[in-house]
Amino acid sequence: MLLTHEISPEKIEKDKIYQDMGLSDQEYDMVKTILKRRPNFTETGIFSVMWSEHCSYKTSKPLLKKFPSKAPHVLQGPGEGAGIIDIGDNQAVVFKVESHNHPSAVEPYQGAATGVGGIIRDVFSMGARPIALMNSLRFGNLTTERVKYLFSEVVNGIAGYGNCVGVPTVGGEVQFDDSYEDNPLVNAMCVGLINHDDIQKGIATGVGNTVLYAGAPTGRDGIHGATFASDDLAEDSDKDRPAVQVGDPFMEKLLIEACLEVIHSDALVGMQDMGAAGLTSSASEMASKAGTGMEMDLDRVPQRELNMNAYELMLSESQERMLLVVKKGREQEIIDIFEKYGLQAVAVGEIIEEQVFRIKQHGEVQADIPVDALAEEAPVYHLPSQEPSYYKVFQEMDNMIPAVTDHVDMLKKLLKQPTIASKEWVYDQYDSMVQTNTVVTPGSDAAVVRVKGTDKALAITTDCNSRYIYLDPETGGKIAVAEAARNLVCSGARPLGLTDGLNFGNPTNREVFWQMEKSVEGMSEAASTLQTPVISGNVSLYNQSQGKAIFPTPVVGMVGLHESVEHITPSYFQEAGDLIYVIGETKCEFGGSELQNVLNGKYEGKAPEINLSVEAKRQQELLETIQQGIIQSAHDIAEGGLAVALAESVFHDKGLGVSVELEGDFTTELFSETQSRFVVSVKPEHQAQFENKVNDASQIGVVTADGTFSVKAQKEDGIQEDVETLSQLWKGAIPCLLKSKA
Amino acid sequence: MKFAVIVFPGSNCDRDMYYAAKEVLGEEADLVWYESAGNLGNYDGILLPGGFSYGDYLRSGAVAATSEIMQQIKEHASKGKPVLGVCNGFQVLTEAGLLPGALMRNEKLSFMCHFEDLIVTNNETMFTSLFQTGETIKLPIAHGEGNYFCDETTLKDLQANNQIVFTYENNPNGSVADIAGIVNKKGNVLGMMPHPERAVEMLLGSDDGLKLFQSLVQNWRESYVVNA
Repeated sequence: MLLTHEISPEKIEKDKIYQDMGLSDQEYDMVKTILKRRPNFTETGIFSVMWSEHCSYKTSKPLLKKFPSKAPHVLQGPGEGAGIIDIGDNQAVVFKVESHNHPSAVEPYQGAATGVGGIIRDVFSMGARPIALMNSLRFGNLTTERVKYLFSEVVNGIAGYGNCVGVPTVGGEVQFDDSYEDNPLVNAMCVGLINHDDIQKGIATGVGNTVLYAGAPTGRDGIHGATFASDDLAEDSDKDRPAVQVGDPFMEKLLIEACLEVIHSDALVGMQDMGAAGLTSSASEMASKAGTGMEMDLDRVPQRELNMNAYELMLSESQERMLLVVKKGREQEIIDIFEKYGLQAVAVGEIIEEQVFRIKQHGEVQADIPVDALAEEAPVYHLPSQEPSYYKVFQEMDNMIPAVTDHVDMLKKLLKQPTIASKEWVYDQYDSMVQTNTVVTPGSDAAVVRVKGTDKALAITTDCNSRYIYLDPETGGKIAVAEAARNLVCSGARPLGLTDGLNFGNPTNREVFWQMEKSVEGMSEAASTLQTPVISGNVSLYNQSQGKAIFPTPVVGMVGLHESVEHITPSYFQEAGDLIYVIGETKCEFGGSELQNVLNGKYEGKAPEINLSVEAKRQQELLETIQQGIIQSAHDIAEGGLAVALAESVFHDKGLGVSVELEGDFTTELFSETQSRFVVSVKPEHQAQFENKVNDASQIGVVTADGTFSVKAQKEDGIQEDVETLSQLWKGAIPCLLKSKA
Repeated sequence: MKFAVIVFPGSNCDRDMYYAAKEVLGEEADLVWYESAGNLGNYDGILLPGGFSYGDYLRSGAVAATSEIMQQIKEHASKGKPVLGVCNGFQVLTEAGLLPGALMRNEKLSFMCHFEDLIVTNNETMFTSLFQTGETIKLPIAHGEGNYFCDETTLKDLQANNQIVFTYENNPNGSVADIAGIVNKKGNVLGMMPHPERAVEMLLGSDDGLKLFQSLVQNWRESYVVNA
């Protein structure tokens, strides 16, 4: 792309150069109407990034409005850096998920690393101390060298950044399916803790106040990143590598400490991080929210490269930068704090009454744009949708009745599927314990971090089974929310709210837009029923390559509260002699299941059904029994069904085994993925109390001390295998796939 | 006992160390920013926390080791007062020459974080007197460069002087002689890769690290009473 401001406004129009930047003909005309003239090169660039999907949500906005986002305990819903939920004692939890898919596809280490850096800034820019990181990753099957490289480097990038900044990566999820082969998904979530009085907003009030630029100097990296993220990945996307930013976690660490010191100064008016679309979006959004304008002198912006023009400075996505608005005359107090940490903080502009965004460089005005035109008045599209033909075919298919003769062999195959297999290879590379709050480390249904100085703890999970959503986006959307809540409840926490990371293909494809519409409807309904308002989120579209879209993947990041650390419940069995129960009945449901994948190599048919009121009732009952102290362990039943859930419950190096007997069709009982089910263990002395409380529970066996995984069937051969043998297969699968030659 | 937790730019276990000393152990402790340390003489013990001082740029611990405050730490150590360096703190101590050897990248080249079983190989130090020699304890590790290396002569020296304090039961990173932690000849400077400050409450999976701090406090009290 040409990087010069020499190109005249006339030429931009005549040669349609705006199209290269991502503006449509119609959008260019809107710009001309707003400005009452042709935009110059810098202005065209500014409009194109601010009106990109990544910054404006122009195609997803109508859908996002459907999410329930209000509740008495929601202190900040969507619209700021991150959402905030009250957790009592004048404390609140701040969280958000963000995607970095396109950058990670071309430059996986930096793409993933800067994704982590960006989401951390969203959280501490609210005034919160980041206390935990999570992630949700999708890759192709680990069969090609390219996919293995993407997988290894993404994990490496997350580790490289997260470990250095000192925020523990406490958990996450990784799934593997062919649809992500060329377009991996890298979603990172950050959770912060804040006192109510410290809540900051990205707002630029007070005419005459000073705009401070703090942190790393601006370079030419990441120019037009937001636009790049708002287009399909192409075969030649490697050429977009310069649009990927480069992160410096050391700088970020200093920035965290400096900003968290700055929030205690009453000289601070507002603060926002420079994320997507860099200086442009942070400045214009802060002014737009305040109903003010902003004038900035680019000559004062710290620069790490020579001769950068206005276009480059405004569109750079160099990392580790913050924009602050500070009371006039008190700049030095703030500058001193940044200097303590060896960081630059420089006055680059001021708040003006006229609601325009005016950029000067070398004494000349380089851009002069009404503020609201960029943030508030971005176009909104109501795109047409169309039910894909596959959906009807799937709905009319008969239930799959799988033919499994050797159940031990099938269990082993399932345990080795990378989506099910242990992710220890991944999370061992993350510092999951720094800050000394991590009670439940990665590898369980939900991670748990205690809140120091209180008896409380927070449970965090990310979840999304995109196979169900592909088969049936509305049902799948409900399941995604329900399963996230299930994970938290199993850990003993009451779900508080969620953040959504919507990853889809190209929305101008009607069938893709239909998937978006339906999954948002399903998620909204589940979020209402389960009382988990959507308080923040991110949209990543155009996740497709060579015309093939990814499975629709609306990731749910959910946070729950343990009123007492006493309620924290492990996901694995504790003691021989404990009774094993399954909560919920099992139906023959194999559409989108891991078993279907193993047997048929594809996903088809109906997604498993879900009844949200049944889900809510079971979660409530389980939570109450946990709070009464009568549950030893609880684990949700997900991919691979009961057999996998039982196995995972006994893989915790304690020499434990299980002795279980199942009624009904053995294959269905073992491997069906019927929803709203849990495996729990209970001490014998609590049997009556438990059974009285939880109606849908049936006892299937006991925990043993013999290290044997024994599941008897009514009519056929059961499963009898050493736990250690199964455990080794489960633990070794991913390292083994990475080592094997494609 | 009064501890100084030294905070370098990029330290990230500083607040954990402070919490362990102050809130769990119940001793006095201050977070001391590397530039603002007027006088470390007021402190009885110095704690160098983990993290990525100066982003691990150049070599882990190398930049911090040249900072001015290290001069004061060396003086403190030369008086026989305790200095504990954990993880990046250990790397700083080797870079500063207060402990022999160096920490290289883990054998498998990747960062690793999990609990490891350690063997207490010397309980005759001010840091380990409450342990039994040969006792197995469980502490977390979290490092990318914890592969302890020294030449043969140094290793023989370490062994002869009983300077090896902790070894790994299942060496995770390729360290020479399974070394997880060593003291200087005088026994008042301890460097270790595993994190005792992360293992001071059973809620987080282990409180085996507590005894290390308690040993330190007990020995300081005894010597204080003697010297007073």
